[in-house]
Amino acid sequence: MLEHLKDLHAQALEELNRIDNPRELELWRVQYLGKKSSLTQSLRSLAALPLEERREVGAQANEIKTALESILAEKQRLLQETFLSSSRESGTLDVTLPGRPLPTGRTHPTTQILEEICDAFKSMGFQVIEGPDVEWDYYNFEALNMPQHHPARDMMATFWVDTGVSGKARLLRTHTSPMQIRLMEKERPPIRAIVPGRVYRYEATDATHESMFYQVEGLAVDKGITLADLKGTLFDFCRCIFGEERKVRFRCDYFPFVEPGVEVAISCLACSGTGCRLCGNSGWIEILGAGMVHPDVLARVDIDPGIYSGFAFGMGVERIPMLRYGIDDIRLFYGNDLRFLRQF
Amino acid sequence: MKVSLKWLKDYVDIRLTVGELAERLTMAGLEVRGIEPVGGTWDSVIIGEVVGLGPHPNADRLKLATVNVGTEQVSTVCGAPNINVGQRVAFAHIGARLVDSHTGAVVVLKPAEIRGVASEGMVCSEKELGISESHEGILVLPPDAPIGVPLAAYLGDVVLDLEITPNRPDCLSVTGIAREIAALTGETLHLPEIHYEEAEKSIDSFASVDIADPDLCPRYCASLVTGIKIGPSPIWLRQRLNSYGMRPINNVVDVTNYVMLEYGQPLHAFDYHKLRGRQIIVRRAVDGETMTTLDGSQRALYSETLVIADKERAVAVAGIMGGLDSEVTDKTDTILLESANFNQAAIRRGCGRLQFQSEASIRFDKGLNAGLPVLPLKRATQLLLQLAGGKAAKGIIDIYPGKSEPKLVSLSTREVKRLSGLKINIDEITEVLTALGFECQESDSRSQISVSVPYWRSDIRCAADLVEELVRIIGYEKIPMTRLGSPLPAQKSRLSPTARQSNLRERLGNILTGLGFQEILTYSLVSLEKLQKLSPKLELTIPPLKVANPMTREQEYLRTSLRAGLLATLAYNQKFEQAGVRLFEIGKIFLPQHPHVIASEAKQSEKGKELPQEKKMLCAVLSGARAELSWQPDKELLDFFDAKGVVENFLGQLGLKASFENSDDEGLFPARRANIIATDDKVGVLGELHPRVAQAFELSNTVYLIEIDLEKLLTRIAGARGYQSIPRFPSVIRDIALVIDEQVSYRAVEQAIQSFSLVAKVTLFDLYRGEQIPEGKKSFAIRIIYQSPSHTLTDEGVDRTQEQMLARLQKELGATLRS
Repeated sequence: MLEHLKDLHAQALEELNRIDNPRELELWRVQYLGKKSSLTQSLRSLAALPLEERREVGAQANEIKTALESILAEKQRLLQETFLSSSRESGTLDVTLPGRPLPTGRTHPTTQILEEICDAFKSMGFQVIEGPDVEWDYYNFEALNMPQHHPARDMMATFWVDTGVSGKARLLRTHTSPMQIRLMEKERPPIRAIVPGRVYRYEATDATHESMFYQVEGLAVDKGITLADLKGTLFDFCRCIFGEERKVRFRCDYFPFVEPGVEVAISCLACSGTGCRLCGNSGWIEILGAGMVHPDVLARVDIDPGIYSGFAFGMGVERIPMLRYGIDDIRLFYGNDLRFLRQF
Repeated sequence: MKVSLKWLKDYVDIRLTVGELAERLTMAGLEVRGIEPVGGTWDSVIIGEVVGLGPHPNADRLKLATVNVGTEQVSTVCGAPNINVGQRVAFAHIGARLVDSHTGAVVVLKPAEIRGVASEGMVCSEKELGISESHEGILVLPPDAPIGVPLAAYLGDVVLDLEITPNRPDCLSVTGIAREIAALTGETLHLPEIHYEEAEKSIDSFASVDIADPDLCPRYCASLVTGIKIGPSPIWLRQRLNSYGMRPINNVVDVTNYVMLEYGQPLHAFDYHKLRGRQIIVRRAVDGETMTTLDGSQRALYSETLVIADKERAVAVAGIMGGLDSEVTDKTDTILLESANFNQAAIRRGCGRLQFQSEASIRFDKGLNAGLPVLPLKRATQLLLQLAGGKAAKGIIDIYPGKSEPKLVSLSTREVKRLSGLKINIDEITEVLTALGFECQESDSRSQISVSVPYWRSDIRCAADLVEELVRIIGYEKIPMTRLGSPLPAQKSRLSPTARQSNLRERLGNILTGLGFQEILTYSLVSLEKLQKLSPKLELTIPPLKVANPMTREQEYLRTSLRAGLLATLAYNQKFEQAGVRLFEIGKIFLPQHPHVIASEAKQSEKGKELPQEKKMLCAVLSGARAELSWQPDKELLDFFDAKGVVENFLGQLGLKASFENSDDEGLFPARRANIIATDDKVGVLGELHPRVAQAFELSNTVYLIEIDLEKLLTRIAGARGYQSIPRFPSVIRDIALVIDEQVSYRAVEQAIQSFSLVAKVTLFDLYRGEQIPEGKKSFAIRIIYQSPSHTLTDEGVDRTQEQMLARLQKELGATLRS
C-alpha cells in the first residue's frame, strides 16, 4: 500500500511537469486529487485496514495529498503568469477603436428643468399638482381679479375655444395661476403646492416668444405667512437653481391677483451684474412674478383674508435653460430638431 | 412712458444721479427700461447768432451765412429757407457728431466745400441734432438763448423710458412720476400754480353740456377761449413733446397734449365755431351712424360706442379720437376745451370695435378717476392764454353726475406686519402715505389709522394695497428673509391620480431614455390635416376641439392623438439622421366630452359646454437601422419585435407582464399590429404604421409605433408586484426543437408548455423555416428550465414531465419533435 502511494506520488509529479495548459492541469487535478482519484479512494479505504497500518498509511496519504495540493497551486500560479505575459504580447487591443454603439436617449430639456424645479420645491414641502390646459374664463381671469375689460388681460393674449367673451367661455390657459383657485376651492389651509404645466399665448412667435410654453406656479397659504416668507422661499429657490453666487433682487411689480406684487430677478448670468446684451444692460434677469395672494382672491374661495394670508408665484420654464446654456431662440424647444435636443 | 428729466425737475428736486434715480424707480415698481441722453453727442455744437446773410455765388437756393459763436465769426453755407439775420441758432463746428438727415445714422461733420465755397461748419435742423424728425428748416432758438454757450448746456436732457404697469394710470404723467420721486427721496412736490384772467362773459352763454348717458360719462368739464392765434409752439414745449415721442402740431393741439402728459388727463380742443347749436351732447352712438375721424378715415359707429355730439351729429369718439369736422385749423379763433371722464369698459369696447388706440384711450382704458379733469383743464386754459393769446370765458362747465366720496381704508400696524413681515410704526406709515398724497387720520388707538385715498389712486382699495405702497417706498430690500414656518399640509395629493401619473411619467421617461429613446415635446395645437392623415381613409374618429382664433392653420385644433406630432417630428428628423430614430412623447390629448355640440358650434348652448377630457398618453416611434454604423456591423433595420421588446421591457420594469392580441387600430398595418394587454386589460397598441399613413407624413423606412394610455396603465400597476422566494433547489435545462404548422402561434405553444407546474421559464431561441422542414411548417427551438420549489429534480422526473408535455403538444397543436 505504501509502495503504491509512493509510485502514485512520483507519477503525479512527473505528469505535472509535462503539463503546460490549464485544461490539462484540471484533468490532472481530477485524476490525482478528485473524488474518484486513487489517493482519495485509498484514504476512504483506510477504515478497512488494521489500526497499525491505518495510522501509517493514513499519515503517508495525507502527506502526499498536501504536497500535491501545494504543488498544484504553484503550478496554477505559474501557468497563469505565463498566460498573462503571453497574452500581453500577442493580444493587445487597439483601445482606441470605438466602443459598440448603444442608442442614446435623453429627456427633453424642458422636462429636465421641470424636474429640477419640482425637486427644489418638493424639498421645501410643496406638493406637485397639475391642472387642465383648457380652462374656463372664470378660473383664468375672473377669479384672479381680471374681470372682463380689465386692462391686465392685454398682457395675456388668449386663444379662445368659445367665441363671445364671458366667464363661461373656454380658453387655453394663459398661465398656470387658475390652479390657485381650483386648489383653494378644494383644500383648506395649510396649502403648499406647485403646478407645472403648459400655457398658451395668442402671440406671433419670434426668438423670445412662443405660442406655447411651460410655467410653474406656486402657492402657500396659511396663518401668518408674510412677504418675508416669500422672499426667503424664492431666494432659496433661485440659489438652488442658479448657484450660490447669484444675487437675488425683489422689486415691486403688478399682477392683479397678488398684493403686494413682486418681481424676482437674479444677477445676470453673463455679466454678473455689470450690464450686457443678455440683461438689456440692467445687470438683472427677471425670473419670477410673485406676491401675496390678493385678499379678494382668498375671499372668493371662502378663505378668510383677515385670518389667512399666503404667497403665490409663477415662472417661465424655458427661460432657465435658455439662460443656462445660452440658447438664443425659444422656438428651438418645440421645433424638436434632434440636433438641438441631443445637446442636453 | 418716456419722460424728460428736465421736465421732472420742474416739479421735484432730484439730487440723485440718473442711474440712482432709475434704480429707485425700478425697485418701487416703475421699471426704467432705458436711459436716453438728449444732446449727449453735441460736444461741438454752440449757440450762435446769424449776423450776416448773402447769396451763394454759384447756387440760387443756397445762402452764405455769417454766424457769431461768441469767440469768433464763422461763415457757412446754408440751404434752409427759414434762416434770417438776428436768429439764435445751433452751430456745429467741424468734427461735431450729427444725425445724417437721409440715413438717420450719426456721422462726424467733415470740412466741406459746397459749390466752390468752403463751409466752416453747419447750422443745424432739429433732425440733425436728434431732437425730432423735423428737417424743413433750421432750429431757431428763443431770442434770449445765450450766444457762445454749448447747446448741450441749454437744451441737453435725459429721457427715462419707464414701464408703467396697468394699475398706475396716474404715472402715465410727469407729475405722477414726480410725485413718486418726491415720496421716494423725501423731497417736496411742486405742482404748477394755476391762475389766469377770465373775461366778463360766462362760458354758459357760449355753450351747454348734456350728458345723455351718465353711466358711460361720470364727468364732463369744458373751458372756452376766444380770440386765440394758431401758431407753432415754442421750442421748450416742442422739445418736451418730442421727448415723449409726440409730434408737435400747433400751439393749441400741443397744449392739450402737453397737459395730458403733465397730468395724465386726456383733453380735446374743438373749434367752437364748427360746433352746431352751441351744445355738447355726450351720448351713445346710433347704430349705423358714421363719422370721419381726425386721421381722415370714415368710421362706422355702434350703439355701444360713446360719442361727443353737437346738436346735429357726432363730433368726436369720446376718449378715443376727435372728428375731422370740428378739428382745430389755422383759421380757428375760438376753442372749446374738453376735459372729461369716460367709463373704462366703454373706451375699451370702443377701441376694440374701431381697431384703434390713441394716447387718450390708452389712459382712459386703465381707469382714470372722475376727480381728475378740472385741474388739467385749468392748466391747459392757462397755457393756451400764454401761448396762443385770447381770452378765457368766465368759469368752466362741470357736469358731474358720477360724483363719489373719497375712499377710506383702515390700516393697522398689525396688518402691516401680518402681510409684510415688517414692523413699521404708525408715524412712519403716516409719513410715507402722506408723501404719496394719502390723508391719514389717527384713530383712538395708536396702532391704527384711517386713510383717505386721493382721487388719482383708483388702484387703492384695501389694506393690502396700502401695505404695498409702504413696502415699495421703504424698499423691498428692507424686508427680512424667513423660511416658511407653517405646518406642512397632509401629503394626500401625492396619492392623487395626477400625482401618480406624473410620477409614472417620470419613471417611463427614465426607462425609455435608457432604452435609447429621445423625448420630444410637441405642440398641443395641430392642423386638422395632420389629424386626418393618421387614418388611411383620412377620417377623423374623434372630432377635435377647435380654437376660435387660431394663429396659423398649423395650430388650429387641440390634438386628439400624440401620433401627429411624433410622426411629423420623425419625418423632419429623418432628413438628418443616418442611424435609426427612436422618439417618444408623454403628454395630454384632448377629447371633447360632447362631440355633437362641437360639431354645431354656432348653436352651441352654454349648458352643453364642458371642458374636454385631458388624457395623458405615451407614444413612441422607432424606425431605421437598429444600430449605428460601426466597425462591427449590425445592418438590420428596426422591426416589429424591437418595438415589442421595448414594450415588454418597460412593462417588465413596472412589474407587469404583457400579453398581445390582434388589434383593429386603423392607423396601423393590419398584418402587423397588436393590442397590449396588461393583467387582462388593454393598455395600448403597437405595430407597424400603416404604409398609407407613413406616406402621408412623407416618412421613409418602415415605422413602428407604440401607444399607451397612462391612466389605464396606472390602474394595472397597482399591486402588480409580488414576492417569490429565491429557488433553493437546482434547475434542470432542456432544449427541444418542435416542428409545427405555420398557423399555430408561438403563444399557444408557450402556454401549453407553461401549463406544467415544473416549468419555471420558457425561452424561444430559434425560429427556422427552410431545408429539412416541410412546406407550411416552421420549427421552434425552445429552452425550458425546470425547477421545483420543494425538491431537487431528478433526470427521470424531468423526462417524465417532458414526455407528457410532448404528447400534449402533439395532441393539441400537432407539434412533433424535430429529429
